[in-house]
Amino acid sequence: MSKLSTEHLLGIKYIQTEDIQTILATAQNFKEIINRPIKKVPSLREITVANLFFENSTRTRLSFELAEKRLSADVVNFSASGSSVSKGETLTDTVNNILAMKVDMIVMRHPNPGAAVFLARELQKYPKSAHARIVNAGDGTHEHPTQALLDAFSMQQKFGNLKGLNVVIVGDITHSRVALSNIFCLKKLGANVKLCGPATLIPKHIESLGVQVEHDLKKALEWCDVANVLRIQLERQDIKYFPSLREYALQYGVNRQVLDSLSKPITILHPGPINRGVEITGEVADSEHSLILDQVENGVAVRMAVLYLLAGTPNA
Amino acid sequence: MIERLGLELLENFGNFDNTVIIGLQPRGVDFSVRLAKYLTGILGKPVNHGKLDITFHRDDFRRGTEVLLPNSTQIDFLVEGKNVILVDDVLYTGRSVRAGLDALLAFGRPAQVKLLVLIDRKYGRDLPLQADFTGKEVDTVSGQKVKVEWSKDGLNDRVILYTPHEKNE
Repeated sequence: MSKLSTEHLLGIKYIQTEDIQTILATAQNFKEIINRPIKKVPSLREITVANLFFENSTRTRLSFELAEKRLSADVVNFSASGSSVSKGETLTDTVNNILAMKVDMIVMRHPNPGAAVFLARELQKYPKSAHARIVNAGDGTHEHPTQALLDAFSMQQKFGNLKGLNVVIVGDITHSRVALSNIFCLKKLGANVKLCGPATLIPKHIESLGVQVEHDLKKALEWCDVANVLRIQLERQDIKYFPSLREYALQYGVNRQVLDSLSKPITILHPGPINRGVEITGEVADSEHSLILDQVENGVAVRMAVLYLLAGTPNA
Repeated sequence: MIERLGLELLENFGNFDNTVIIGLQPRGVDFSVRLAKYLTGILGKPVNHGKLDITFHRDDFRRGTEVLLPNSTQIDFLVEGKNVILVDDVLYTGRSVRAGLDALLAFGRPAQVKLLVLIDRKYGRDLPLQADFTGKEVDTVSGQKVKVEWSKDGLNDRVILYTPHEKNE
């Protein structure tokens, strides 16, 4: 395998297992590089990347920007507030205008599910824009592929291999793009996946993706090697899915007591931002079993790998 | 040949207190491992030895039909102020060595950098670079390939000069 099977990273669903392995192997090299005194390599010096953020973000945005800069790419940032989007410009027009300024790659976060796939299809209609590579940095409740890749990379660093690893994803599965990307990624890498949360936050028929559902947090944690704890996304909840945050924390909050009651220690992941005291207590988030800050470090390496491989894959 | 090159290095760098060997990935590493092993045997103490990947410093990114995949880098010592001997198997266009120099300088400012190669393909240089220590010079024409094969036991090492046939490529 010496190139990716895809020109864009729109979601884990659309890439092959070999692509994931190539990305994770390349990320290993970049992790070594970002731990050097000089954290920069010149690979992407002829590339310009535009970061389009139509939705708020701290980690992902900074992580992508650092990844781009450490690859020596030129970077322009765009956020929807204060732009012509508020004057009614369409997504396709906005992107076409940016690409006309000789931009090579688009990293996009968008509140609407499927925005990245839509954009990739749309740009094919414009010969001048068809060269652009698109990286999905989260599209609504659909996918967040680089998060799943960095989660997989973090688990791989700790366990060596994901084959046969038991991973439980706890929390708001319905509204989580992290959950969906993680499910695709973990299944492709041969891990066993269980979902845990209140019935209202787990989509019906999700078992068709090859995962199991467990509503009892303690049972789920007892079964797993790794628990990926998700944030309760209040901003995406149009109706009440559970009575109160306090009740959610009592039923599904990961705390020291429940971890101590397990027969073996488990590893904790969280994609951030953390609501301390809701889905996870501060004590657990800061404990030695938590990989949360490793995830953030690995995020830069994984995103460097994605950008490097996509930019370096010649046009079909 | 390793013996001769090793002795040449000992002549120039004495007891290797301030000298390190760095092999260029992928094919310079096997050679540099042999060289370090030979020197360790003679000096009776380990010689600092690392491997350096040049992929991200190459000048042909996006110019071939496939993406360039990296190898690992492992340099467990400081190169600042050291005499660095860069090791590769074949010197031809000089482009790998140029990338190697750039990659190396990201680790610090060495006192000096010397280039040691097993085979020097004369008349093929694209860049003005020459080796300081050479195992053997060979005259080749473009289109020919030089391949160095290292055997595990060190008894069947060989250098092959061949002209690839189209059907084999």
